[in-house]
Amino acid sequence: MIRVEKLSKRYADTTVVDEVSFAVERGSIAVIVGTSGSGKSTLLRMINRLVEPSAGRVLIDGHDTRSEPAHLLRRRIGYVIQGNGLFPHRTVAENIATVPRLLGWDARRTAARVAELLTLFGLDPGTYANALPQQLSGGQQQRVGVARALAAEPLVLLMDEPFGALDPIIRAKAQEDLLAIQRRFGMTVLLVTHDMDEAFRLGSRVAVMSGGKLLQYDRPAALLTHPADGFVARMTGLAERALRLLSLITAGEAAAPGVSDGPAVAATATLREVLSELVWSGADSARVVGADGTPRGRLTLAAILARGTP
Amino acid sequence: MPRAATLLRLAALALLLAFLLWPQSFAPLFTPLTQYGAPPIYDQGNLLSLALAQLGTVCLAAAASTVVAVGLGILVTRPSGAQFLPLSRTLVNVGQTFPPVAVLAVAVPLVGFGEKPTLIALFAYGLLPIFENTLVGLKTCPPAVLEAASGMGMSARQRLLSVELPLAMPLILEGVRLSLVINVGTATIGSTVAAKGLGEVIIAGLLSSNTAFILQGGLVTGLMAILLYDGMAALERRLLRQVALD
Ligand SMILES: Nc1ncnc2c1ncn2[C@@H]1O[C@H](COP(=O)(O)OP(=O)(O)OP(=O)(O)O)[C@@H](O)[C@H]1O
Ligand SMILES: [Mg+2]
Repeated sequence: MIRVEKLSKRYADTTVVDEVSFAVERGSIAVIVGTSGSGKSTLLRMINRLVEPSAGRVLIDGHDTRSEPAHLLRRRIGYVIQGNGLFPHRTVAENIATVPRLLGWDARRTAARVAELLTLFGLDPGTYANALPQQLSGGQQQRVGVARALAAEPLVLLMDEPFGALDPIIRAKAQEDLLAIQRRFGMTVLLVTHDMDEAFRLGSRVAVMSGGKLLQYDRPAALLTHPADGFVARMTGLAERALRLLSLITAGEAAAPGVSDGPAVAATATLREVLSELVWSGADSARVVGADGTPRGRLTLAAILARGTP
Repeated sequence: MPRAATLLRLAALALLLAFLLWPQSFAPLFTPLTQYGAPPIYDQGNLLSLALAQLGTVCLAAAASTVVAVGLGILVTRPSGAQFLPLSRTLVNVGQTFPPVAVLAVAVPLVGFGEKPTLIALFAYGLLPIFENTLVGLKTCPPAVLEAASGMGMSARQRLLSVELPLAMPLILEGVRLSLVINVGTATIGSTVAAKGLGEVIIAGLLSSNTAFILQGGLVTGLMAILLYDGMAALERRLLRQVALD
């Protein structure tokens, strides 16, 4: 668990992070959004002390982050940045092995972990372990960047616009991968993004920042239904809020008993996707089916629309 | 490297070695340049040992320049040493603009005749290219890479040794190469203060109006500079591939 208490950062006479407090539950993903220059990166970098706070403190699993030298703290915290920052003079395997080496893992354990991560991220170790970063595509480099951050099994992962440079398709895949990996390793993730859809898709809680202040820290649905102020409402998208709300609910959750002769939709699809399907096909209800094809009930247009209002 | 260029370089090396080992066999070539039966090949010392002495002086000076210039470059790119950047730049620039001959004149009264004043002059003259290249190399490391290095938990020292210096290495080596090549030629002036070197041959030629001697000193120096430049370039390519694979 990450607990941030009244954290501030001042440069000369400007306050770029202003008494921010929040907590990220152990094993969950929290996302920070906000306009450019609102202090998101500064806040994130105060957690691994790449930026030293002017006031306030950060507790990770109850321990003050100032209780050990900064570089030792950082070895226990994964860190991923936009543009990934891979070491161009080191192979993919060496890049991933960075933190295990700093921690003094023996060669066999390191090699096994590197191979495990490469496989996990769909990069064949035989092909990619000895490649240099510049020989990889942007999407592959980004995956290596995440693999490197996860190499020493950190309990906390900080990500600053990790998918910012990827095209939409690769980006969606990277988001899925992150969710799968988070479920598998159970680390606590704090992620900064400009992309509201990404925030809503990944975050179990979302923090909205403006001018160094944390305006609201809440569940995605609550940001839409009960925005703290006009800025949060605009930030989360006034024009799209109904659809965003629908995108937070899956068909499986909303399905009601009954049968339908409308199109079949997966239980994992979001209501937004089901709505789109119904509009497209002109039907007024959909048949919800599980992954194995078993019927899971039906969803009427009216039922979907009812979920899109607070 | 194209094949023809490699062959040309090998030929130049063979020519240089042949001339240094058996200078007398080249006598017929130089005879037309002499007058009144003067010796066509330098005969007041061993050309090979003069060439080696000059090379040794240059390498020693370059080693010292490298240590100091790279050290300064590292110092002024650290947050704590940034304030020394203007001072270091000035010092290094003075080293380059102060004529080596003048350095010799100043150094001789302090350290006496011989190799020492030459070493000092070459050391000062060779600092600039290495310092400037080190600076550019260290300053142009991609910020994201440096941030990642710190973010992974490297200490400042680990980051310098395993990220910054390897990334700056191509430029640093290029600086060393420039410095070496400039100084192979410059080193000939050392002979004016009794340092062993090919300048002796040129001076002897000037004193006795023997064009053959002047040409020999000049040609051997020139060939050494070219071969050194190429040799360093090849070494760099080797080394960099190594770093990349390491
Ligand atoms: N070292 C520094 N010295 C002075 N001001 C700084 C420094 N670092 C950041 N700032 C300022 O702090 C403010 C917040 O910067 P920060 O990088 O945290 O914003 P951000 O929310 O991450 O923006 P973006 O979305 O563009 O990445 C900016 O106005 C920036 O200019
Ligand atoms: Mg930022």
